[in-house]
Amino acid sequence: MITKRIIPCLDVKDGRVVKGVNFEGLNDVSSPISLAKYYSECGADELVFYDITASSDGRKLFTDILCETAKSVFIPLTVGGGINTLDDFDRVLKCGADKVSVNSGAIRNPDLIYEAAKLYGDQCVVISADVKRVDGVFRVFAKGGRENTGMEAIEWIKRCVGNGAGEVVLNSIDTDGVKKGFDLEMLEAVCNAVNVPVIASGGAGKIEDFITLFHTLPKVDAGLAASIFHFGEVKISDLKAEMVKANINTRIK
Amino acid sequence: MVAIIDYGVGNLFSLKSSLKAIGADVIVTADKEELKNADQIILPGVGAFEDAARKLRESGLDKFIKELANNGKPLMGICLGMQLLFDKSYEYGEHKGLSLIKGEVVPIKDDVDESLKIPHIGWNALKFIGEPSPIFSNIEDGDCVYFVHSYYAKNCENSVIATTEYGAELTAAVANKNVFGCQFHPEKSGKVGLSILKAFVNLKEGFLC
Repeated sequence: MITKRIIPCLDVKDGRVVKGVNFEGLNDVSSPISLAKYYSECGADELVFYDITASSDGRKLFTDILCETAKSVFIPLTVGGGINTLDDFDRVLKCGADKVSVNSGAIRNPDLIYEAAKLYGDQCVVISADVKRVDGVFRVFAKGGRENTGMEAIEWIKRCVGNGAGEVVLNSIDTDGVKKGFDLEMLEAVCNAVNVPVIASGGAGKIEDFITLFHTLPKVDAGLAASIFHFGEVKISDLKAEMVKANINTRIK
Repeated sequence: MVAIIDYGVGNLFSLKSSLKAIGADVIVTADKEELKNADQIILPGVGAFEDAARKLRESGLDKFIKELANNGKPLMGICLGMQLLFDKSYEYGEHKGLSLIKGEVVPIKDDVDESLKIPHIGWNALKFIGEPSPIFSNIEDGDCVYFVHSYYAKNCENSVIATTEYGAELTAAVANKNVFGCQFHPEKSGKVGLSILKAFVNLKEGFLC
């Protein structure tokens, strides 16, 4: 049976990996190329490169780094951040990305998902949603979690999947950076609404958080995290060994 | 020298990089002379069967690849490239393949429980069928590889060398003499995938499985 995936996320700004808490207060961690190699060798199932650069110079640098990474890392690479047009899809796919994740770009232009899926296939298009509770309702946020779009999140995600998104990354702004575990309530709502892989993001602080995630919500396909991996608080090899002990199907080598 | 057949389908960056990483001399080409001179050839592919089959036909590469394979050149089809090796596919209609391996390509969803997610995306374990194939000489039964597909090869019992379990036993890899097919992506399957590619590029012309 298919294994549960563990995915480190590398937020890249001006060619370096950074990770903020609740999206603010960014810290420089390391070089994307060396981190990617390290993760690939120690058992990560996939890598997400998230480009949080604003300038076009930074964009070019990001693309160059992606190419360099893809030359030496042979696990699936997903790229997100700054994907607004089909040209952006083309730019990162040519550099070795396997999947492209869209967020604000799909909010601004809802046809983007449909057009990209038609051109590159559903499996290539990932909808990444930053979601936060506002007065008890799940709302979609844009611009790196700074702007409330007012859209109800579950309906939005269903619509994206209907348009051809082959995978969902659900990032809970409420639990992101808090390290008290994934947002199980929000994830369950999404899992019940769509029949494509769902990747949990935001809130992992320790190994047990992943075990709880996969035991509580068997429909979740993958757990994504950043800083706990980058700072060595959770080692992927230890995490996978614990998953095996907990009877969670995972890839060991 | 291993040649990746360039027929305008999919992105060959990762495949080329992975072959370079294992130390292979690699060329990406649609040139018949270059393909003829290669020690092994790889038929890649992502996207739709009909479109890919048409591109092969229009470029005249379909007959040429068959000829090379029938003369003993080691050939590996990957993902859609593997599906193209079969007699036909039922992806949006009915379309003819290269008929290098007996069997047909059908939707996964018709044969598994409807609660299972399609495409079958992710890492799944290989179950060897029969004696381990030469392309599996450096890996073990149960090793995981990376799949992304909505269709699979069926009625090809005689050539299956590995399956994977996803609600049903799905064909994961096939072999017929010097022709091999991998439904998964060896170029995205970490060390296990690289080991498979390495075993393939060590095969000599005239090799028979």
